Amino acid sequence: MRKYLLKRIFYLILTLFIVATATFFLMKLMPGTPLQNEAKLTPSEKAAILAQYGLDKPVWMQYFIYIGGIFKGSLGLSFQFSDQAVSYLIGSRMGPSMQLGGQAMVIGVVFGIILGAVGAIRKDTWADRIATIISILGIAVPSFVLAILLQFYLGLKTGWFPVAGWQGFLYTILPTLALAASPLAETARFIRTDMVDVLSSDYIELARAKGLSKFGIVYHHALRNSLIPMVTLIGPLAAALMTGSMVVENIFSVPGIGEQFVKSILVNDYPTIMGVTIFYSALLCVLLLLTDIIYGIIDPRIRLSGNGD
Amino acid sequence: MDQAENIIEVRNLKIDFHTYAGEVKAIRDVSFDLRKGETLAIVGESGSGKSVTTRSLMGLLAPNAEIKGGSIMFHGEDIIKKSEKDMQHIRGKDIAMIFQDPMTSLDPTMRIGMQIAEPLMKHKGLKKKEAIAQALEMLKLVGITDPEGRINDYPYQFSGGMRQRIVIAIALVCYPEVLIADEPTTALDVTIQAQILDLMKDLQNRINTSIIFITHDLGVVAGMADRVAVMYAGKIVEYGTVDEIFFNPQHPYTWGLLNSMPTLDTASGSLSAIPGTPPDLLDPPVGDAFAARSDYAMKIDTEQEPPFFKVSDTHYAATWLLHPDAPKVTPPAEIVRRQKKFAAMQKPASPVKPAAAKE
Repeated sequence: MRKYLLKRIFYLILTLFIVATATFFLMKLMPGTPLQNEAKLTPSEKAAILAQYGLDKPVWMQYFIYIGGIFKGSLGLSFQFSDQAVSYLIGSRMGPSMQLGGQAMVIGVVFGIILGAVGAIRKDTWADRIATIISILGIAVPSFVLAILLQFYLGLKTGWFPVAGWQGFLYTILPTLALAASPLAETARFIRTDMVDVLSSDYIELARAKGLSKFGIVYHHALRNSLIPMVTLIGPLAAALMTGSMVVENIFSVPGIGEQFVKSILVNDYPTIMGVTIFYSALLCVLLLLTDIIYGIIDPRIRLSGNGD
Repeated sequence: MDQAENIIEVRNLKIDFHTYAGEVKAIRDVSFDLRKGETLAIVGESGSGKSVTTRSLMGLLAPNAEIKGGSIMFHGEDIIKKSEKDMQHIRGKDIAMIFQDPMTSLDPTMRIGMQIAEPLMKHKGLKKKEAIAQALEMLKLVGITDPEGRINDYPYQFSGGMRQRIVIAIALVCYPEVLIADEPTTALDVTIQAQILDLMKDLQNRINTSIIFITHDLGVVAGMADRVAVMYAGKIVEYGTVDEIFFNPQHPYTWGLLNSMPTLDTASGSLSAIPGTPPDLLDPPVGDAFAARSDYAMKIDTEQEPPFFKVSDTHYAATWLLHPDAPKVTPPAEIVRRQKKFAAMQKPASPVKPAAAKE
């Protein structure tokens, strides 16, 4: 187990390094500079500012300086927010993003499992059909469309929820719903397919022959066996939440990392773009690692080992 | 014909399956009794309806099955009329079942101790700890070595034979009155087969349960069963004690089955298969369903269904060959040889069948 973990952590660092490198050079290909009023600056002023931030050096040198900084534990200073440290920026904006992501994940997965299980247990009935329609809609409707619809109907028209902003729990509800739709739909679809399979297996027949109730069979035997493959969804779901959050946070003006990320791209805030990218990648890699570890815990047939693959 | 107490009485059972092609008449008027402590073998080829018959005893028919008529009396109550909730109290407690494939019939994610304990918690209301303790006893009983060390193992850590022992432990943990074994040894190799059969017989004696043993393997039947019912195309065509079926068979289908089974003293060097395939039960044939494949079919076999003719108090067969007006036919040589052996065995026919009927 320990050997396995060390191996995985090594790969994780390697992955992050590759992501950082790719992002750095792609970012440099973007048009524009971080300068705000470029037209009004004299060439000497411009040169001075670029020199101050090390942007006058060749790109490869900037790259090594940046990577060197990372190894010293620094993500650099943001351009747009008067030289705040990027790590501080991410830290201060992590709260709203994590809260939204967490809420959306819980709602999506829990209701997705319920929806999928109901569909499987009541296969080919109206309940199954409704569940299927909901999950198809959840996958087909992009989060920004859903976000705007929610804003319009539940925010503007009825006035039940605030349209945008971030001043308490009530403000989190609409963005959470918008963000939860996709994980909910994915989960429901996944669980339904899986549970239909499981429910027709021999050990479910044996469970019925034991005299267990329908609920007992689903709860003790079907659910666990259907949930195992579900663990593999955690990674993709987390990725979906992260990208979703960029859109949703912008629409609802949530002061989260996603919103920050989009802003930094628009103004070429290089250190922030890099920092957020690395942060997102690290988060995803850690989640994937956790997925594999959890898989080993809930499915006794899989035991992690350091040797071989 | 009753000597021992009947535990289950099936009368005129008819079951249809709704399929896209139409109504498949899977069970067409089946009646039989199961007596206390006996082993009743139901034999027949695939699709003859043996599994469907026993699933109906458990109330575990597929959703597209419909019971069209008949009754299944258990403790004076008709199982067919019982609700799903009532059946849940019978399943696993009074009537238990062993399935064909031990590799897939255990929950891969649950420790085997818990899987054995489950019926106890459900039916006897035991706490988890007590149930696990009894499960441990059961593991010892079914011959798992080092039961204490293995009770917390998962199914994948056991071989096929060991898993079938665990399945048997699950089935018997509540000491059911009736055990339905649906081809329990088909998926196992021959040496393991014998061990499992011995185990089942041993446990049957210990807890005095009645067994319905479904199989297409006559070799297994000979060593296991007290009585045999032969099914063909959704009907029982012949039933009797194991000796009567093996040594004095009357129905041409039973002849065919026995003829296609190798024995040590089979006279000729070759085995004969039954020609043709079973009839399509979407549209069952009129008369004797086996007529189309039988060398002994008469005109009446295609016109009228044969009733059961009595051969002895315990032995009945549904074939027109037994009608007093039927011409005398000579069965296949192998059957004649068997019938001669039977005549030699028949000194004073004892009502209770001698247990040692080895084939």
